[in-house]
Amino acid sequence: MVDHPARLLEVCTHLRDAEGFNFLADIAATDYLDWGGRGVAGYIGNDGGRDLNRPGSQGLARLPEPKPKRFAMNYHLLRIPGGGRVRVQAWLDEDEPVPSVVEIWPTADWHEREAWDLMGIRIVGHPNLRRILMEDDWEGHPLRKDYPIGGEPVRFSGEE
Amino acid sequence: MAVAPEKPRIYEGTRIPSPTPTLLAIPEELRDSEDLLQVNFGPNHPSTHGVLRLIIDLHGEDVVGLEAVIGYLHTGFEKNMEAKTWWKAITYPERIDYLSFQNNELVFVLAIEKLLELEVPEKATWMRMCLAELNRIHSHLVWLATAALELGAISMFWYCFRERDSILDLFEMVCGTRMHTRYFQAGGLAEDIPRGFFPEARKFADWMPKAVDDYERLVDQNEIWLERTKGIGLLSAEDALALGQSGPVLRGSGVEWDLRRAEPYLAYDQVDFDVPVYFNGDVWDRYKVHMDEMRESTRIIAQCLDRLEGMEGQPWIADDRKVVLPPREELHTSMESLIHHFKIVTEGYRVPEGEVYVTVESPRGELGCYVVSDGGPRPWRVKFRAPSFVALEATATCMRDALVADLIAIVGSLDTVMGEVDR
Repeated sequence: MVDHPARLLEVCTHLRDAEGFNFLADIAATDYLDWGGRGVAGYIGNDGGRDLNRPGSQGLARLPEPKPKRFAMNYHLLRIPGGGRVRVQAWLDEDEPVPSVVEIWPTADWHEREAWDLMGIRIVGHPNLRRILMEDDWEGHPLRKDYPIGGEPVRFSGEE
Repeated sequence: MAVAPEKPRIYEGTRIPSPTPTLLAIPEELRDSEDLLQVNFGPNHPSTHGVLRLIIDLHGEDVVGLEAVIGYLHTGFEKNMEAKTWWKAITYPERIDYLSFQNNELVFVLAIEKLLELEVPEKATWMRMCLAELNRIHSHLVWLATAALELGAISMFWYCFRERDSILDLFEMVCGTRMHTRYFQAGGLAEDIPRGFFPEARKFADWMPKAVDDYERLVDQNEIWLERTKGIGLLSAEDALALGQSGPVLRGSGVEWDLRRAEPYLAYDQVDFDVPVYFNGDVWDRYKVHMDEMRESTRIIAQCLDRLEGMEGQPWIADDRKVVLPPREELHTSMESLIHHFKIVTEGYRVPEGEVYVTVESPRGELGCYVVSDGGPRPWRVKFRAPSFVALEATATCMRDALVADLIAIVGSLDTVMGEVDR
């Protein structure tokens, strides 16, 4: 289920009150920078693609489906009792704000702080938006795709 | 929802602090008081189950302000997994929650299998269930041992670790390692079940209910234990749901919700077990849920063993050579197998493009795994919904009107593992 960030609160309130999704299981932020840059997502085996009579032919390379924007915020909702899950997805550009859902599900508090801390999602209306896992004075957002692994500079002794 | 109408409400209204649900702010009238004392509890404190840091404001013995600070064990598992092949990334989840390693491994493997649309042999499904339940008992035992130790019941620690050790012996027999086994593979199990496993596991399943009775005899009549657990750390069903609690915390608050029952995975719809629910939402009820769950897990293990004993000689891993390593003996005779083995280990297998959110009921509650794949040999994004992380969010609500000594009991009862909180 895809949603525009500006209407997120409206959609979430409706889902909670009218559809009974009273349980926010998780908020997962994802960075799709350079999505598809790693190459193919698989091969199509028809229409001039994979030809069984020609050894070595792999078929037509298929790139991953393009994503509308760089970031996705995924809200995984659950209905208790009864069961049933839904994923609300809001797409964001860099520095595009997304409203906080703490008012709707208090459990979102730390999930949103984590999304800000590790992915740098700008959450508007959060009562206490500070870094949660990294130190308060950390620079950058480690789970972004442009943040390298081992990105912390190490100074060696004797180095000027 | 099994919020029984005849039961008295735990408290009226909501106790979740506002506006920040996880932060207990000092009340207005006390803000200028000279009797306030700010205490830094942790991160290096034996009762914090790792490296939790709580900044508490005390007025006499009353806790009037509380803030939980986490992140001292942040190791960047999710970032690291993006750089590893699917095959190698399986080793990471079990280290996230080092007490429920088997369940964590399970959820990630299930996510890979869902993306691959891979059929798993029946034997592997039942063995996974058996080990997941053994692991649940293991995790509950460590919880009980340490939580009781913190409240002064030191002998509990020795008894629980005795049973824990026999569980780890079983793991060692099956998987070769005592913890962090990496026994579940995408497609099934790494090895067949060894012969000697069944008699030893039977012995354990016969013994475990008696051991749980013993634990209860040890503390259930103990006045100190009763005083320190009953009516402490209240959490109503509504507040527990709003705070996203799951597992024993939710069931201790009177909500009958267990993913093994509500959204059966593996073969949980084919085994007979009860979901224990208690209605007072205090530390005592959470303790009781843990005790009953250990008994139920033992029942499930016995049923798994019944089924598994009849599956001698059946395959334990799917027959899909693009994902599953070829049998060891073929490597000496078949070039094709050797190539596949080499490719899977070095380059890894490719997982079709897609995104899934898979959940299992870990010992601590709903353990979710959100995985995005771009069709390549490495995961694009892995995100764990860690039940301990969410459980800690309830600290401020549970600590309303609590004394500083209750803090230990309450934090203990939420059953958090800091490795999972910080990931």
